[in-house]
Amino acid sequence: MVRVYTSTVIDASPDTVWARIRDFNGLPTWHPGIADSRIENSEPSDKVGCIRHFHTRDGGTIREKLLALSDYEYSCTYSILESPMGVDNYIATLKLTPVTDGMRTFAEWTAEFDCDEGREAALTQSIGQGVFQGGFDALKRHFGRR
Amino acid sequence: MLQKVVRSTIIDAPIERVWEVIRDFNSHDQWHDVVDVSRIEGGERSDQVGCVRSFSLKDGNRIREQLLTLSDTEHVSTYCIVEATVPLQRYVATVTLKPVTDGNRTFWHWESTFATPPGMERELRDMVAQGVYEAGFENLRRHLRGGGTASARASAAAAPPGVPIARREVRVHRYGGPEQLEPSSGEARPPGPGEVRIAQRAIGINFIDVYLRRGWIPGMLPLANGAGVPGMEAAGSVIDVGEGVGGLLPGDRVAYLWHEPGAYTTVRTVPADQVVRLPAAIEDTTAAALLLKGLTADYLLRDLGRIRRGTRLLVHAAAGGVGLLLCAWARKLGATVMGTVSSEEKARVAREHGCEHVIVTRDYRFADAVQRLAGGADVIVDGLGDAARDENLAALALRGHWISLGQASGPLAPIDPDALLAKSASFSRPVVFHYIAEPRERAERAQRLWDALADGTLKAPTIERFTLDAAAQAHARLESRMSIGPLVLLA
Repeated sequence: MVRVYTSTVIDASPDTVWARIRDFNGLPTWHPGIADSRIENSEPSDKVGCIRHFHTRDGGTIREKLLALSDYEYSCTYSILESPMGVDNYIATLKLTPVTDGMRTFAEWTAEFDCDEGREAALTQSIGQGVFQGGFDALKRHFGRR
Repeated sequence: MLQKVVRSTIIDAPIERVWEVIRDFNSHDQWHDVVDVSRIEGGERSDQVGCVRSFSLKDGNRIREQLLTLSDTEHVSTYCIVEATVPLQRYVATVTLKPVTDGNRTFWHWESTFATPPGMERELRDMVAQGVYEAGFENLRRHLRGGGTASARASAAAAPPGVPIARREVRVHRYGGPEQLEPSSGEARPPGPGEVRIAQRAIGINFIDVYLRRGWIPGMLPLANGAGVPGMEAAGSVIDVGEGVGGLLPGDRVAYLWHEPGAYTTVRTVPADQVVRLPAAIEDTTAAALLLKGLTADYLLRDLGRIRRGTRLLVHAAAGGVGLLLCAWARKLGATVMGTVSSEEKARVAREHGCEHVIVTRDYRFADAVQRLAGGADVIVDGLGDAARDENLAALALRGHWISLGQASGPLAPIDPDALLAKSASFSRPVVFHYIAEPRERAERAQRLWDALADGTLKAPTIERFTLDAAAQAHARLESRMSIGPLVLLA
C-alpha cells in the first residue's frame, strides 16, 4: 500500500474554500489539470455513491466514485474506478480544517493505493506533486488574488 | 453542558522540530509562560503513557494531568486533568500536529472538552483558549526562535544574536596555483533580512574553485579588495536567522549551494533561499561533497541531456565527483553508459558505479572506441576542455549533444558552427545555478538527490577529507588527477 500526503495553507476561510471544491462535478472549475467532467446517470453531484466521469488535460479518462461527503468535516472521500494511472484500490480524501489563528484553511489531500513494484516513487510524485499540489497551487492563486 | 475549545495555528518550523518539544510531557515549564514548574510524578519517564505531570502555575494554581495517548506516527498527544485548583471538570485535551508539506511547516491543532461550574463557562473557555492555547502557540514560536531544542542550544548559546562571529577562512590574494590558498582569520557578519548564518562543518571542493583560484573567471572572484574566499557549497547547522526568514531555525541541519563564492570558512552568512534542509540520513560530509555535483547530475540527466532508456551517454572523468553520479544515475534510467578515465584504478571505480564501458586514456583519445562500442554518443558530458575538442566532435552520434561542463585541460577555443553541421550536433555550455534558480526547483532536485542516496540508486562515494587549513593540499590533489571521487574540507 502506497500512501501519498500533500498539505498546504490557503489564505481564505474553510467555508469559502469548501464552496469552491465541494461540488464533486466541479473539478474543471478549479483544478487546472482537468478538462471536463460529468456525473453519470444524471445523479446529483452530492449524492454519495455518484460517479464522476472526467478527462484530464492530457487526454486521460478517469471515473471516480464519491464515497463520503461531509459539510461538517469539510471532507470528501472518493475511489478510482477506472484510470490510465495503473493504480488499484485507490482511495483519496480531500479535507479542510480551519486555522483559528487568522482566517486561513489547512488543506490535506491523502491517497492510498496499490501499484506495480517500482512505480511507487513515480506515482507518488505525479499524484502528490502533479495532481494534489497542482490543485492546491491553483486554489492558493485563486484566493491569493482577492 | 460540555464545553469545547478548538484553537489551531501554523508554526513556521518542520514538524519534527515542533514535535520534539510537544511530545515531552514534562517540557511546558521550558516554553509555556503560564507554567512555573513541571515535574513527572513517581520518577516515571515523560513519554510513558499513563504518567502524571504536576504543574505549578505562575498564578499559584496547581494542576495534575495524566498522559493518555502519545503517538509518534500520528503526532498526537492526549491528556486529561486528574486534579486541579481551577474548576475544570472532566477536562480532556488533544494536541495534533500535521505537516504542511507545501513549505515544510507545521499545522498545530489543540482542542479540549470539559465541564465547568454553572456560570463559569465563558470565563473558563476564554482562559483555556487564550491563556493556555493561543499563548502557548506564541510561546512555542519564541522558544523555537531561541533555538529551544537540545541540538540548537549549544550553538545558540555560543552566538549572541546580531554580532559578528570570528571565523577561519581560506583566502586567495593572487590568482595562481594551490599555494595561493592561505588560511586566515575573519568574521561572519550577523544575518540581515532574508539571510541565515551557518556554522559549517563540511565544505565541498569543486573544479570551479580551481578555476576561480587560477583567475579564469575573475568576475566571480575579484581580488580588487585584496582577497577573495572561494567555495560554492557547504553543510552545517543554522546559528541564527535574519528577519523574514521562514522555515529555518537555529540548530537546523542544512546545506547550501550559492553562485557567490565564499564557502571556504567555518561560519558563513548566506541568503536563506539558497539553503536546503538536510534529512537525518544524509551526513554533513556527504551533503557538502555531493550537493553541487548531485544537482548538476540531476539537471544534466533530466533536463539538458534528456537521458532515457537506450540513450548512449559518454561521461568524461567517469570516476570524478560528477562522473560517478552520472554513471550510476544514467544506468538506472536505462542509458548505455560509456566513460573515460585516466587510470585502471579509476576504471574499476567507474565500473562499480555503473559505467558499462570504460575507456582508459591519458592522451584524450576515445572517439574510435566510442564509435566502435555504440556507434557514437547521443550525449557527451565533457569536463576535459580544449585538449579533447576534436575527439568529442568525432565521438558524437548524428544529432548528438555535446555538453561542456568544465575545461580541466584548458579553456575551449571557439567552435565553428559548421563543425556541428556535419552531424546536426548541438553544443551546450550550462551553469548549474541557472537550473536551481527557483527555490522550489532547487528543493526538488535536492530531494531527488537525497532519495537516490537513500534508496541506493546512488552509492555515497568514498570522500577524501582535508582540514580547512589544508585547502592548498586538497586543490593540489584534485589537480593531480590522482583523486577518485569527491573531496571535502572539514571546518
